[in-house]
Amino acid sequence: MIDLPTVWALILAFAVFTYVVLDGFDLGIGIVFPLLGTDDNRARAMNSVAPVWDGNETWLILGGGGLFAAFPLAYAVLMPALYAPMIAMILALVFRGVAFEYRWRDPAHRTFWDRGFHLGSLAATCAQGIVLGTIVQGIEVEGRSYSGGWWDWLSPFSVMCGLALTAGYGLLGTTWLVLKSTGDLRERAYDLARIAGVATLGFIGVVSLWMPFLSPEIAARWFTFPQIVFVLPVPTLTAGLAALLAWGLIAKRDAIPFPASIGLFGLCFAGLGIGLYPYIVPRAISIQKAAAPDASLQFMLIGAVILLPMILTYTGYSYWVFRGKVDPDAGYH
Amino acid sequence: MIETLDAVTLARVQFGFTIMFHIIFPALSIGLASYLLVLETLWLRSGKAVYLNLFRFWMKIFAVAFGMGVVSGIAMSYQFGTNWSVFSDRAGPVIGPLMAYEVLTAFFMEAGFLGVMLFGMGRVSKSLHVVATGIVAAGTLVSAFWILAVNSWMHTPAGFSINEVGQFVPEDWLAILFNPSFPFRLVHMVLAAYLTTALVVGAVGAFHLLREQTNAEARKMFSMAMWMVAIVAPLQVVAGDLHGLNTLEHQPVKVMAMEGHYESYPHGAPLFLFGVPNDADQRLENAIGIPGMASLILHHDLDHPVTGLDSVPDEDQPPVAPVFYSFRIMVGIGLLMVLMGLSGLVQRLRRRLFENRALLRAAVAMGPAGFVALVAGWVTTEVGRQPYTVYGLLLTGDSASPIDAPAVAASLTAFVVVYFIVFGFGIWYLLRMMRRGPVEAETRPSGRQHTGPHSSPMTQPLGDGHD
Repeated sequence: MIDLPTVWALILAFAVFTYVVLDGFDLGIGIVFPLLGTDDNRARAMNSVAPVWDGNETWLILGGGGLFAAFPLAYAVLMPALYAPMIAMILALVFRGVAFEYRWRDPAHRTFWDRGFHLGSLAATCAQGIVLGTIVQGIEVEGRSYSGGWWDWLSPFSVMCGLALTAGYGLLGTTWLVLKSTGDLRERAYDLARIAGVATLGFIGVVSLWMPFLSPEIAARWFTFPQIVFVLPVPTLTAGLAALLAWGLIAKRDAIPFPASIGLFGLCFAGLGIGLYPYIVPRAISIQKAAAPDASLQFMLIGAVILLPMILTYTGYSYWVFRGKVDPDAGYH
Repeated sequence: MIETLDAVTLARVQFGFTIMFHIIFPALSIGLASYLLVLETLWLRSGKAVYLNLFRFWMKIFAVAFGMGVVSGIAMSYQFGTNWSVFSDRAGPVIGPLMAYEVLTAFFMEAGFLGVMLFGMGRVSKSLHVVATGIVAAGTLVSAFWILAVNSWMHTPAGFSINEVGQFVPEDWLAILFNPSFPFRLVHMVLAAYLTTALVVGAVGAFHLLREQTNAEARKMFSMAMWMVAIVAPLQVVAGDLHGLNTLEHQPVKVMAMEGHYESYPHGAPLFLFGVPNDADQRLENAIGIPGMASLILHHDLDHPVTGLDSVPDEDQPPVAPVFYSFRIMVGIGLLMVLMGLSGLVQRLRRRLFENRALLRAAVAMGPAGFVALVAGWVTTEVGRQPYTVYGLLLTGDSASPIDAPAVAASLTAFVVVYFIVFGFGIWYLLRMMRRGPVEAETRPSGRQHTGPHSSPMTQPLGDGHD
């Protein structure tokens, strides 16, 4: 008999990670948007993600919908606790989402929508980082609901996470551009990726050192024997990938930096998982306690097992159709 | 206590406001996606440029509408948790999986193939492209299937038990999915989306015909739209009537509010055409009614007794006025649509379809009517099931998140400001594209030309480039 809540926790973790990587690079493009120099560069950067961005964002809906469906208690506790950053994220995503179309429809207001695209991407990223930081640091729960205040999410740690994610998405965005662009845009993307890379690695270090101080439980997991033997590969691999990323950015191997950055995100994600398991609301509600009844999880699992591979296949196909360096003249507008 | 009440009211206003904006865009994209599939198929079959021109024109409008639907939809998927956390905790095990299936079967399909549909005409074969269009169209309908199953279950819950912590636990998924009101609601809503879109397409066609009677694209789209209205509007009347009878069976109190029946009528109830509901005194003021008609419509018998709100405790009643008025707006517009379909048929028989200026002007005026009817119908059904979120089982007042009124007021203000800016511009862009029309857009594209000479519309990729 498989343990359905654990399976669903893994599926959701996969959905969230996929979201972070995929929307991470197109939000990252929004973050560096004003730094791309010419309007032509901006147009090409945007066109490199225009065919895929809303598929990318669908993973966010799966994350929210999946949490609602598989762990309704966690969803019911976390969302009110994260009220302000969640609403801010939603509204920011509205601005950056419509900019993909509006920018072409209305040249007179293009500067306005470009700014909306940039600030929307930036605000959504910060909000997501703050959400992550708030969850990691823990929230107050009483019975089956959130019992803290409306500003609990605001703390030095959560703000730090917001900045860290901004650097991280910036790295994903710029390394994506390195992969997809040519000429002046590629040169600028390299310059920006080096800055974002240094910042991201710095933040990874700071967050990693800070996390154990948030709770003795997290510290115990990282620093006691024999656990340390199992978790040690994470920092080791991180160092290896950081070196690979640095080499790719210095030696200008277009295909290296983006996958290396994804790898770094994967390791950070694994590190978070190690710190938080078996909780879904850290140190308050476990995966088991929050899980929906087996009847719900089973019904959904049938769909997920059949449909997720299909989704990955056709998502892969749609990336394949738009593979290679982005054509400066692409678009249907 | 007062503060809790206020926070719930604000949360309801916020949900109502965000979903009212949201519902407009999916309705248009359900209809337009199917229309685009028809246009592309006709183009591939006939090779006529008029279909390709129409396809490209409506695809640009679809892209904007779809984008607005996606971003306003994200707000919906998280608002259950942010503002209705108790409801989420209780109902999540039943409706959560249905929404997860919506994401897995519909949203990914739409989003995955939308890119190919919008940007892929030069990159994939024609037949693969039409398949992508077809998948997007199917996705919009599959999405409607799941979300209306969720909505219907909240109206007519079935196939569940309640566990020790008060959660609804699924017992029978088929019963949950095909709950009593679902088939009626699904048909009524999909027809509404098609009708709404047909009216928009018809209005754009008519607008351009009024300027230029020989415009081939305008003639084609107006003709197609008028066929659609003529066929679907009467079907919608039948579907609406059946849905109403289903509501009478499962939510009789809602029907009492729709009819303005504060009192019971043991010997046949009147059909009130107009009136002013007064909940405090529990009576309909200045009422104009046709005796016996409501009994005839609801029970097919002029003298059939009809029970009224006097049989329902005050605290179980919905507010009557919004339900009563919105129902009349919806039905009134529905009847105008039938009339419009008939006029179209008559003018077509007289071979004056493109020349009768009164009909063309009426079609332009009716352009937004579908949206009004849609929102009115939604108000009727959603306000009519108050005071419950899960009908008869979970009170709206008990469903909300433990969030203070000022926090909800702040978020509501932010939603209003952002939505009016973003969707205000969006609707303006849509109207501007519609005003430009298909031919003008093709011959006078904005921005620099990047692709080669536009000699053949058949071989040219969709992109006309931008700077």
